[in-house]
Amino acid sequence: MTMKSKLAAAAFAGLMATTAMTPALAETPPNMLVIANRIDDIKTFDPAESFEFAGADVSRNVYEKLVNFDPLNLDAGFGPQLAESWDISEDGQTITFTMATGHTFASGNEVTAKDAEFSLRRAVLLNKTPSFILTQFGFTAENVEETIVATDDNKLVLTLDKPYALSFVLNCLTATIGGIVDMETAMANEVDGDMGGEWLRTNTAGSGPYKVADWKPNESVLMDLNPNYAGEKPAMERVIVQHIQESATQRLQLERGDIDVARNLSPEDVAGLADVDGVKVVDELRGRLMYWSANQKNEMLADPKVVEALKWATDYDGMSNSFLKGQYTPQQAFLPLTFLGALEEKPFSYDMEKAKAALAESGHGECGDIKISVREAQERLDIAQSLQNTWGQLGCNVELVVGTGAQTLDRYRAREHDIYLGAWGPDYPDPNTNAGTFAYNPDNSDEAGATGLLAWRNAWGIPEMSEQTLAAVVENDTEARKQMYLDLQREHQKVSPFGVMFQQIEQNGMRANVENFVAGGATTAVSYWVITK
Amino acid sequence: MTQTTLTAARRAPMASGWPKKLATTLLTVAVTLLGLLFVTFMIGRVMPIDPVLAVIGERATQAQYDETFRQLGLDKPLLVQFGIYVGDVLQGDFGKSIRTGQQVSTDIARVFPATLELATLGTLMGVFLGVPLGVVAAVYRGSWIDQIARLIGLIGYSMPIFWLGLVGLLVFYGMLDWVEGPGRLGVFYQGIVPTRTGLLLVDSLIAGDMTVFKDAFGHIILPASLLGYFSLAYISRMTRSFMLEQLSAEYVTTARVKGLSEWQVVWGHAFRNIRIQLVTVIALAYANLLEGSVLTEIIFAWPGIGQYITTSLLANDMNSVLGGTVVIGTIFVCLNIFSDLLYRVFDPRSK
Repeated sequence: MTMKSKLAAAAFAGLMATTAMTPALAETPPNMLVIANRIDDIKTFDPAESFEFAGADVSRNVYEKLVNFDPLNLDAGFGPQLAESWDISEDGQTITFTMATGHTFASGNEVTAKDAEFSLRRAVLLNKTPSFILTQFGFTAENVEETIVATDDNKLVLTLDKPYALSFVLNCLTATIGGIVDMETAMANEVDGDMGGEWLRTNTAGSGPYKVADWKPNESVLMDLNPNYAGEKPAMERVIVQHIQESATQRLQLERGDIDVARNLSPEDVAGLADVDGVKVVDELRGRLMYWSANQKNEMLADPKVVEALKWATDYDGMSNSFLKGQYTPQQAFLPLTFLGALEEKPFSYDMEKAKAALAESGHGECGDIKISVREAQERLDIAQSLQNTWGQLGCNVELVVGTGAQTLDRYRAREHDIYLGAWGPDYPDPNTNAGTFAYNPDNSDEAGATGLLAWRNAWGIPEMSEQTLAAVVENDTEARKQMYLDLQREHQKVSPFGVMFQQIEQNGMRANVENFVAGGATTAVSYWVITK
Repeated sequence: MTQTTLTAARRAPMASGWPKKLATTLLTVAVTLLGLLFVTFMIGRVMPIDPVLAVIGERATQAQYDETFRQLGLDKPLLVQFGIYVGDVLQGDFGKSIRTGQQVSTDIARVFPATLELATLGTLMGVFLGVPLGVVAAVYRGSWIDQIARLIGLIGYSMPIFWLGLVGLLVFYGMLDWVEGPGRLGVFYQGIVPTRTGLLLVDSLIAGDMTVFKDAFGHIILPASLLGYFSLAYISRMTRSFMLEQLSAEYVTTARVKGLSEWQVVWGHAFRNIRIQLVTVIALAYANLLEGSVLTEIIFAWPGIGQYITTSLLANDMNSVLGGTVVIGTIFVCLNIFSDLLYRVFDPRSK
């Protein structure tokens, strides 16, 4: 959207605020859920490949996993789903799952351990972007036949390359890539050895509560009930997700009753719904963090005291209470709240005196030129401008380098930025997902090319902290593991070139009669099957 | 010589010239499209963004990056890449969209009819209202009708379409409930009518389903009116300008002196002489709408080609951008050819 159109939207919001609208005339059927959402990021429904937000929303409702989260009790963590139980060997390297009975795919085929073997193997063999979630346990294309094995229809055995915390492994299996696919259906649609990959891009073959009946890219996804679903029959027999880009349009539809849920409301539109009858707004803490990071190849920014000064010169509360109000809450640790071991302490606040004192202690008496690399998205631009202002008060000459997401990311991965302002969301619901990128970089050389690690992108070499991060993923005592992450985050807050600022709050507008809408919290995606109206 | 042979003899030069002209036209079209493809392709390749990341995302490993780099053919020289691409296009293969995971041709076949339907309705509104308004404004120059026509034109030029669209939705959908909401069809009507042309109004008529037709019409009427208004503003303004020029010409005075009625003077003489210019104006207005009115498509959640190309460009999905560009380029060329043909109909001298 151009600046001109944003101004027009703001003017429109003002107009709406002063206009009394006719009460809603429409209403969706009681067994149907209609959602407005931005779903133009869906590229595929294949759990071995899907790695986008809207895709994860579909996948969670279509594919069951060996272990999964109860949407009405996310804090409880993972629990049994297709696997009714699991055992870990004494050496901690072999996990044996016992399959639950009574689960059936939409095709009518019964779910067996062979399907689980097929699904996890194909995720490794296809080697798509999310495959690292499984391959980090030592599974490779060469060894999957020995390391992922269904000994019969009821038992699945995973052999890891070394002992890991059981919670780490099981948390990873709750990710989208852990979705169990109907082997028979997938292989019936195999083309050129793709294990059904092409077909599964646009079709689904799961045992979850729903199946995708129709998908029009950038337009809509239609989900109908899986008649063979093993669980309680969902109240919503049909779910339609429409791609509606504009917040104002979503709001109009919601007020009219043409949709049940609006998922991309701007703060202005959320505020506008406050006095509307028949509509409510539900806040939910999500996993995305907003942060800035300093490239350690920049001599000035490699000085820890300069970075500390910048952390003190960031107006966390000012931003979260103004243009980010309701959308983000301050969080200064690399784990989002609600994750195991998430640190709640916020040692930094906007304090120009402390900022100046830290700068004076640095080897750079005066702050020099700083370029903030930021993508062209309104909330990020607003944050960048706030940093430009407050860091400017510290004496820094801040320039904003605005680009598309891809341009900004290119510079970041090439380690060519000064300051990168961006967001990071967890890949799977285990603390290692963020620890393994914010606090892990064993080889800081350019040749290492570890572009997936945020610490590497910022040229921050941390061999010792990397060891601590690795130690945390093999600790099987959950309390001890939690403490390790708490310690790691405290240290990270002090010494890292990362200025973690905020955690996302998702504000979903919905009709007052919609109950149990759970967007997925910080750990998972939306669950339509528990919703009632 | 009989009448028949005389006619044949007269037609002979035209007949012999016709294939040559067709060949020239086709060659021009081919060169234009090739040039268009080349420029777009090169822009896509020299843009400072990485097409591989667009495919695999930022979390991929270096090995996955390298593999995708090779799969996309990016390890080959630019000209070779272009040659391969043109070869594929000639076989009807625009490649796969990295954003939707589907063939670009499939995507375009889905989104273009949406734009075609919207633009056609918008242009028809613009022509049927804009042309008479422009003529009347010129005839009654300086009168209140003229002032109103000029005001309509001025508003059409200066009002942001984004704002006008949102206000239109608020008033006619939100408050008055005269029209349907965003999208092409209500959620309860989707999939009822089989897709034949992709034009929902036409498909529902073919199927004889007036309920679906009514719903589709309720969805399209507001965005089409909005586009029609902007076309109207342009067309009426240009029509007025052309007519003023003609009405001050001596032949018009002569016609009036000869005692012809004002209707005959205006429509029979002056208007006849602006038809050629009007064809160009209307063709341009139509082509602009066919390019896709991105903002209108976003506000009304209209899954058209404008939104498709823009979103693809932002995602660096160059196969989609190139495919869409070829379609738009072809439309422009076809409209140009169509305009030329109409010139020949309206102006015998051009034959």
